[in-house]
Amino acid sequence: MRAVISVVGKDRPGILAFTANECANRNINIEDVTQKVLEDIFTMIMIVTIPEDPEEYHSFVTDLESLGEAQGLKIHVMHEDIFNAMHRI
Amino acid sequence: MRSDYILETVRMIEEECLDIRTITMGISLLDCCDSDIDVACEKIYRKITTAAKDLVQTAKDISMEYGIPIINERISVTPISLLVSVSGGDPVKYAKTLDKAAKDVGVNFIGGYSALVQKGMTAGDEALIRSIPEALACTDIVCSSVNVGSTKAGINMDAVQLMGKVVRECAELTKDNNCFGASKLVVFCNAVEDNPFMAGAFHGITEPDIVIHVGVSGPGVVREAVKEAGPDKTMNEIAEVIKKTAFKITRMGQLVGSIAAERLGVPFGIVDLSLAPTPAVGDSVARILEEIGLETCGGPGTTACLAMLNDAVKKGGVMASSSVGGLSGAFIPVSEDAGMIEAAEKGVLSIEKLEAMTAVCSVGLDMIIIPGDTTAETISALIADEAAIGMINNKTTACRLIPAIGKEEGDTLNFGGLLGYGPVMPLRSVSPDVMVKRGGRIPSPIHSLKN
Repeated sequence: MRAVISVVGKDRPGILAFTANECANRNINIEDVTQKVLEDIFTMIMIVTIPEDPEEYHSFVTDLESLGEAQGLKIHVMHEDIFNAMHRI
Repeated sequence: MRSDYILETVRMIEEECLDIRTITMGISLLDCCDSDIDVACEKIYRKITTAAKDLVQTAKDISMEYGIPIINERISVTPISLLVSVSGGDPVKYAKTLDKAAKDVGVNFIGGYSALVQKGMTAGDEALIRSIPEALACTDIVCSSVNVGSTKAGINMDAVQLMGKVVRECAELTKDNNCFGASKLVVFCNAVEDNPFMAGAFHGITEPDIVIHVGVSGPGVVREAVKEAGPDKTMNEIAEVIKKTAFKITRMGQLVGSIAAERLGVPFGIVDLSLAPTPAVGDSVARILEEIGLETCGGPGTTACLAMLNDAVKKGGVMASSSVGGLSGAFIPVSEDAGMIEAAEKGVLSIEKLEAMTAVCSVGLDMIIIPGDTTAETISALIADEAAIGMINNKTTACRLIPAIGKEEGDTLNFGGLLGYGPVMPLRSVSPDVMVKRGGRIPSPIHSLKN
C-alpha cells in the first residue's frame, strides 16, 4: 500500500530534507519525489510505502502534519487509492 | 500519477471543504417487532448497539488512513410506525430507545421515527404522528419524517392537515431551545428509502437487513471549478465542468463507502451525491448559482441555474458509481447555507422563489424559518403545495419548516452548528383554512397510471 505526501509552503532550504528525515526516522521508504518552486512557493509530492500497522501509520501522519504546520508548511498525507479512484476511469 | 491531479485533490479537501458528509448505517428493525412494547424496545436497543458498535471507529480509521474528512456517522432504521402498529402503547418509548442506542454507539443522529401514510393511516401510523412533538422534545438526536404523498398514491390531505399541527407543536414544545424540535422533522412527498441524509433518513422495508450508505458533499469544489472556467464559457460548457467535478466527488464516495461496508461486513448500499451546504464559508450552494452569473441567489435566473446544476450533478454522479441513490442533487436549506441566509436577509430570496426552486432540485422547502404566529392550517397548505410539486413532477419534495415561536419577520433564529441560523421569512397572510379542513385525498395524477 502506498501513500502520497504533498507539501506546500514558502520556499527555503531544508524542506525536502525535513520531510525525508521524518520518513527515515519511521523507517518509511520513499519511492518517488517530484518537486518544483513556482513564484517562491515550494510544492513537493512524495510517494511512500506505508507501514502495515495502522497505529504506526496514524502516528506518522499526525506527527508529520503537525510538525509541518509548526514550520509553516501544509502537509497532507492521503492513500494512493483516492487519486486512482478520482482521476482514472 | 500526475502531480496536478494530486494537488487538485488536496486543494479540494484543504480549501474547498470537500468531505464525506455522512456514513449512514441502515438497520432493519422488522425482526424487533413484538406485541409487548418493552420487549420490542429491548430488542431494538440490542440490535442497534450490536450492528453499529464499530461504525464510528471504522469511519475514524478510514478518515485517518485515507486522509479524507468524514464528518458524520448516522443510523437510519425501519419506520417506527410499523412497530407501533404491532405493539401499540406509547410510541415515545421507541424514540427514547433510539436516542439511547444512538448515543451509546456514538453516532450524531438517528433517523426513522417515521410513518409512510401517502394513501392512508393505520392506527399505528396515527399514534406515531401524534407523538412526534413529544418524541422530538424529549430526545436529542432522533429525527422524524412523514411521507404524506406520492406520484403513485396522490396526497393524503388528512395527513397534511395533521402535520401542520404537528410541525407547530414541535416548535412550541421546544420554544426555549430555538424551536429545535421542528428542525428534526421532515414532511415528504415521494420519500426515498435509501436516503443517508438527516433529518429525512429512514431504512425502507425493501432494503437489506443492514446496509451502508454514503453521502458526499462538495458545493465549494463545484463553485471553484465554475469560477476557474471563467465568465466566458457557455451554459453547456459550465454544465460539463460541473459534471466532471461531480464525477470526481462521487468516485471518492464510492471508494470510502465500499471500504466501510467491507470492514463492517455488511453490503454497500448507495452513494448519495448531494451538494449539501453548511454555514461554513465556501460551503454554499447559493454561491455556486452566483458564480454561474447571478448577482444574488433568489433573483431572476435562479431556477434555471439550479435546474442545470442539479442535472449536471446527477449526470456526473451516475457515471462514477453504479449505485447512485438517495436524493442525489442540490440541497437548498436556507439556514444551513451562508449564501442563502444572506439572500434571505437582503429580501431577494422569498419563500415563493424557493418553492419554484424546489421544482428543479433534489429536495424542498428546507430549514425555512417562518413567523411564530403562522397557523397550523397555513403550514399544512405549504406542505400541500410542496407535495403537489413532488407528485406532479415525479420527484422527492419535502418541507422542514420551523415556526419561530414568539418571533416575527425580521428576527433571527440561531440553531448553531451544522443547522446554522436564519432570518424569519415573511409569509402571505391570507387564509387557506377551508381548503385544508376539507381533508380527504388529492387523487394521483394521470401519468401515474403507467401499467
